[in-house]
Amino acid sequence: MSVEAREARQPWILLSPALTAVALLLIVPLCFIVVYSFWLRTATGADQPGFFLDNWAEALTDPFYRDILINTLKIAAITTLVCALMGYPSAYFIARSNGNKAILLLLLMLPFWISYIIRTMSWINILGVSGALNSFLLWTGIISEPLQMLYNQATVILGLVHFLLPFMILNIFVSLDGIDVTLEDAANSLGATRWESFLQVTLPLSLPGLAAGGLLCFVLGAGTYITPLVLGGPRDAMFANLVFEAIITQLNWPLGSALSLMLLVVLGLLVAIYNRYLGMAQLMKGLG
Amino acid sequence: MKKIDNTTRYERLRERYMNGDLDRRGFLGLIGAAGLAYGVQTPFARYANAQTVSQVRFDGWGGVVSEAFRKYAFDPYTADTGIAVVDGTFGGGDEYLSRVKASQPGEYNIAHLSGVFDYARYHNLGLSSELNEANIPNLQYVIPKLVDVFRKVSGGALSCVPYDYGTTGLAYNRKYISDAEMQEKGAKILIDAAYKGKIAGWSDWRTRIWFASLQTGQDPNGATDMDAVWDAIRAHRDLSLKYWTSGAELMSLLAEEEIYVTEGWSGRIYALQEQGHDIGYYDPPNGYGWQECLFVLKGSPMEACEELLNFMLAPETSIAVAEGQNYPPALDPNKVDLGAKIPTLPAFDPKGTLEGLTFADPAYWNGHEADWSKTFGRVQKGY
Repeated sequence: MSVEAREARQPWILLSPALTAVALLLIVPLCFIVVYSFWLRTATGADQPGFFLDNWAEALTDPFYRDILINTLKIAAITTLVCALMGYPSAYFIARSNGNKAILLLLLMLPFWISYIIRTMSWINILGVSGALNSFLLWTGIISEPLQMLYNQATVILGLVHFLLPFMILNIFVSLDGIDVTLEDAANSLGATRWESFLQVTLPLSLPGLAAGGLLCFVLGAGTYITPLVLGGPRDAMFANLVFEAIITQLNWPLGSALSLMLLVVLGLLVAIYNRYLGMAQLMKGLG
Repeated sequence: MKKIDNTTRYERLRERYMNGDLDRRGFLGLIGAAGLAYGVQTPFARYANAQTVSQVRFDGWGGVVSEAFRKYAFDPYTADTGIAVVDGTFGGGDEYLSRVKASQPGEYNIAHLSGVFDYARYHNLGLSSELNEANIPNLQYVIPKLVDVFRKVSGGALSCVPYDYGTTGLAYNRKYISDAEMQEKGAKILIDAAYKGKIAGWSDWRTRIWFASLQTGQDPNGATDMDAVWDAIRAHRDLSLKYWTSGAELMSLLAEEEIYVTEGWSGRIYALQEQGHDIGYYDPPNGYGWQECLFVLKGSPMEACEELLNFMLAPETSIAVAEGQNYPPALDPNKVDLGAKIPTLPAFDPKGTLEGLTFADPAYWNGHEADWSKTFGRVQKGY
């Protein structure tokens, strides 16, 4: 074998464990889901193999699924916006802090050490009728009756922001940390105010990080089902809850497969658009 | 004879070596031989007809129910037989069925299923086994009516033993709702606009349809006007703060006074009362009665499972579990002295005939399962 041929094979050999894992843990299960989506559920709950388009026809034409999908995308978009507004100042503060950066980043990571479900449920103890906030407001005399703050769309968004904010901050931080601070000094020396140098130099240069954080928050937010289950009311279901119900409650794996693929395609399209205009490299930096 | 596991075998061997009864070469040789034997037999072990059973998997409802099982049944059983009981939990029979469907035969063994309709579903999906009743002599103490309904479903054989029964009735905070008001309004209190935002309900389609049938004056095992039923479910949804999804959430919502009224499981409400919460419990006429069973899934190690079932049905174990989980046991009060606490539990029938309870008709509910569970999924979300 020639040296060139050996060198050409080397990357594939080195990549083979990762490729095998991706194939076995992602591609193959995905293929199963695709096949399942064309099967049917019988009245007894058993699956009927075959090639039926019924599930796809239902998923694509039924306004029930469309409305919940739109509501899901709306909640994910609001969450992403709130995360961006809250995350940018925090990331800026961390990136520009001298000496404390490591400690601040460690603090940012701390919530990841606690289970996501526990973090979500903690809001019940904070916002509940007997929770910390109501108890404080009653104690101070600001209110005379406990406020009903839980189990609505606002608390779902709050729970999602709590979950996703660190992802946004990390991505923006990576972007800001890579900007040469002397560029701002140069802008200032050319007559720009601090605000103008931020708007015209720092913000544009940090946009890839903001976009990467936004993509992550949006995709993770749109795919969640725990938060609406724990913090949502009767009308606050998101699309992933439909998938859960179809598969777990109704034992309708074929329809659940079609619905999960539908969500995957919608979110995949967003990732593809992001990749087309901004590239995945920034996202990798943020995740790294 | 008490069965020993491989760890115990190794510890004994190591002790002999440390005591000088076995030389180093012999010790290492035996360890090596054990490793070789294990490696060679592992691929074929699943085909063995009489494999050694070191553990049985049990899945139940979690919370105080699981705690009672662990304390009064599993730990003593393991101490007695050497067979470990690995216990998992689920939020409902549907969720568990989905897990079983995704598993290999033998992965799940015994489930604490609710209702004859669940038994029928599992049986119709080919998941039932056939118990050798000769290995479960304590089955003689069980209320015959509870056994017979299962036999009818599976052609005379049994794939489960009945274990307990209870009701899903109305639970209410006495600080805000009096006993008299509850008895006057019955199931309709769940659609009383006066309690808007302080009402909840289980996110289970059967329970919702059952109570909606009561609210619309229909037979819960034979509603004829389903439009009225769905309207009642919508009315309840619009007045509800939340659909709860587990017993723990039910208890938390009532205890924290997030809600004043919901339907609830009798044993869980009794547990709240025991904790000192002033929560009332009322079974309306034609309230939802159910019986739970210990179902052995196809592919399970039958003898070990039967041994566990017999152990769990022993009156002393069954009574201890019942007192722990607050649901009356399936034991016939005419044959077994049930002690002082059980007769005080909600839904307890001192005659052992269970004539006062209305159980779900499996044919009716399973016949509509596909349609109604899907429709409820939509109604629940505002449609």
